Amino acid sequence: MAITRPAGTFDKSYAQDMAIIRTRWQWIMLIGGLVLLFCLPAFASSRYLNVINAICITIIAVHGLNILVGYTGQINLGQAAFMAVGAYTSGILTARLGLSFWIALPCAALAAGMVGLIFGLPSLRVKGFYLALATLAAQMIMPALILNVRPDITGGVHTLVIPPPSIFGIKCNSAQSIFYIIVPITLLMTFFAKNITRTGIGRAFVAVRDNDLAAQLMGINVFKYKLLAFFICSLYAGVAGSLWAHWARAIHPDHFTLMHSIWFLGMLIVGGMGSATGVIFGVVFLRTLDEITKVLGTSIATVFPALIGNIQGALSVSVYGLVIILFLLFEPRGLAHRWEIFKASYRLRPFPY
Amino acid sequence: MEALLQYLANGLLVGGVYALIAMGIVIIYKASGIFNFAVGQMMMFGAFFCWTFIEQLGLPPLLSLLLSLIAGAALGLLIERFTLRKLIGQPVLSAIMMTLAVSYFLGGQALGFFGSYLRPLPRIFSADPINLGGVVLASDLLWSFITAMVVFGLLALFYQRSRMGLAMRATAESHQIAQARGINVRSVFSLTWALAGIVATIGGILLGYRLGLSNLLASIGLKAFPAVILGGVESIAGALIGGLVVGVLETLAGGLINPWIMEITPYIIILLVLVFMPEGLFGLKRIERI
Repeated sequence: MAITRPAGTFDKSYAQDMAIIRTRWQWIMLIGGLVLLFCLPAFASSRYLNVINAICITIIAVHGLNILVGYTGQINLGQAAFMAVGAYTSGILTARLGLSFWIALPCAALAAGMVGLIFGLPSLRVKGFYLALATLAAQMIMPALILNVRPDITGGVHTLVIPPPSIFGIKCNSAQSIFYIIVPITLLMTFFAKNITRTGIGRAFVAVRDNDLAAQLMGINVFKYKLLAFFICSLYAGVAGSLWAHWARAIHPDHFTLMHSIWFLGMLIVGGMGSATGVIFGVVFLRTLDEITKVLGTSIATVFPALIGNIQGALSVSVYGLVIILFLLFEPRGLAHRWEIFKASYRLRPFPY
Repeated sequence: MEALLQYLANGLLVGGVYALIAMGIVIIYKASGIFNFAVGQMMMFGAFFCWTFIEQLGLPPLLSLLLSLIAGAALGLLIERFTLRKLIGQPVLSAIMMTLAVSYFLGGQALGFFGSYLRPLPRIFSADPINLGGVVLASDLLWSFITAMVVFGLLALFYQRSRMGLAMRATAESHQIAQARGINVRSVFSLTWALAGIVATIGGILLGYRLGLSNLLASIGLKAFPAVILGGVESIAGALIGGLVVGVLETLAGGLINPWIMEITPYIIILLVLVFMPEGLFGLKRIERI
């Protein structure tokens, strides 16, 4: 985004040209922001911290989806199912086998990645809504398998209760303490997500998205890169699922439904596809909106007691549907696009261009 | 043997309704290339319309049926007019997300207006099962199957004989050629959605009559997707055969293997068809050019 670069900043080497953070002020802002973020548990209440934890976990899942949908152009309606695989792998390893969270996390990521590979296979032959249906099948099949195949291991219809993870011998069983596990991992995954798209792999993904036949003619192994994108996508879902399991500490297949998968896709639409910043915007926007509708629903229910029970769910689902419809109609490139426009016009002020 | 026949019969009868819902998806796809994920919610709304007219307003069943068909058509028209018409030329993900978002919006509205508890539709047909030489046919199932097949036949006749039906088929063939022959493609899209709204309403009423009305009804719409994929998205005959096959396989898997397998059989069918035979039984093979 050369246009948003402050005047007088010149590149003297390739490394400088490729850097994401260019100026001293950007470094200061970044470090200051991180320090603020990590001080947050000292003064924020558990309720807000839990919202932030949920946002961070969702950001990881949507980053994966962004690499698959935004960069590679494949459609995935089953991200929540892959998250469930990660959550249950992690849950079973820690609760049933007594392994540490730090071993369970990579195992969960790999297990979800493998499942993602299997359900990514149809992408080699079909695209568009056919692929959407193939991943929808994943979304419907995985929870049913978790519920029914070995209920003695997964807990079946009962929730699987998971011990809290520990770091440096400290048990992380509160919103404050698990914040220090979730946020660094989110930052790390964001860093990877941002950078993977700047490598040769990322450019191959974009080529496959723009036209897979043309990409193949240019010597890109479409087979390999589509599966790789599915693998990375579900890897991210696995990490998110594992964190979710240890954050919620009780998991059930109902926490990973088609609704959640569509929600993730909606966050991608709202934020803007193919942009790591957009992912963060989209997740924060929709999660905050969800919290607001929850509060609103509760206050409506206190005024009209007859509506209690339905109004909250109805409000949050309708508002969500409406937001996606409005974004698709009026801002199909998402908040990230709006943000770029804002940055450009801020820099050029007072001139229009 | 007796049990097998029983499962086959049940599966066929259930599949008839799936076929009808699948038909609603196919006609939209043929005309506009949009896969309607909101079909389940349209069904549910159709059934709720019918319930409102009968139970809340106390209208006679036949009149309320007619009114709910009109309301269903209006719902289809509204969806097309305000959401999908503006998406022409956008990538396929936008259309998919749009129908999903519409399904969410409708689902939320239904939850708000009608609540989440189960409501029965009034009985019209007698509930006595019909015994055919050892195979027992539940009368609800039988009636809904017969209705579905009659509607299917009428729609096929509409597509074969009526001027509008021919215009729709021409549009499905090629938008440009249809326009060159003086067909208003935009109004064909609208009418297709209205027709799909009617079909979904009928499907919803049939399912609601058998299972009772609740927002779970919408999730049965998902069962029509395998039928569409198996039959081939462009084929109306494929929707019929796909629906029947999915119904039979689902019932057989549920009866002979394990009840929970029944829930995921349709989706296993989707995966197998997409990996080994992506165009389905009667779909068109797509040839891509750069």
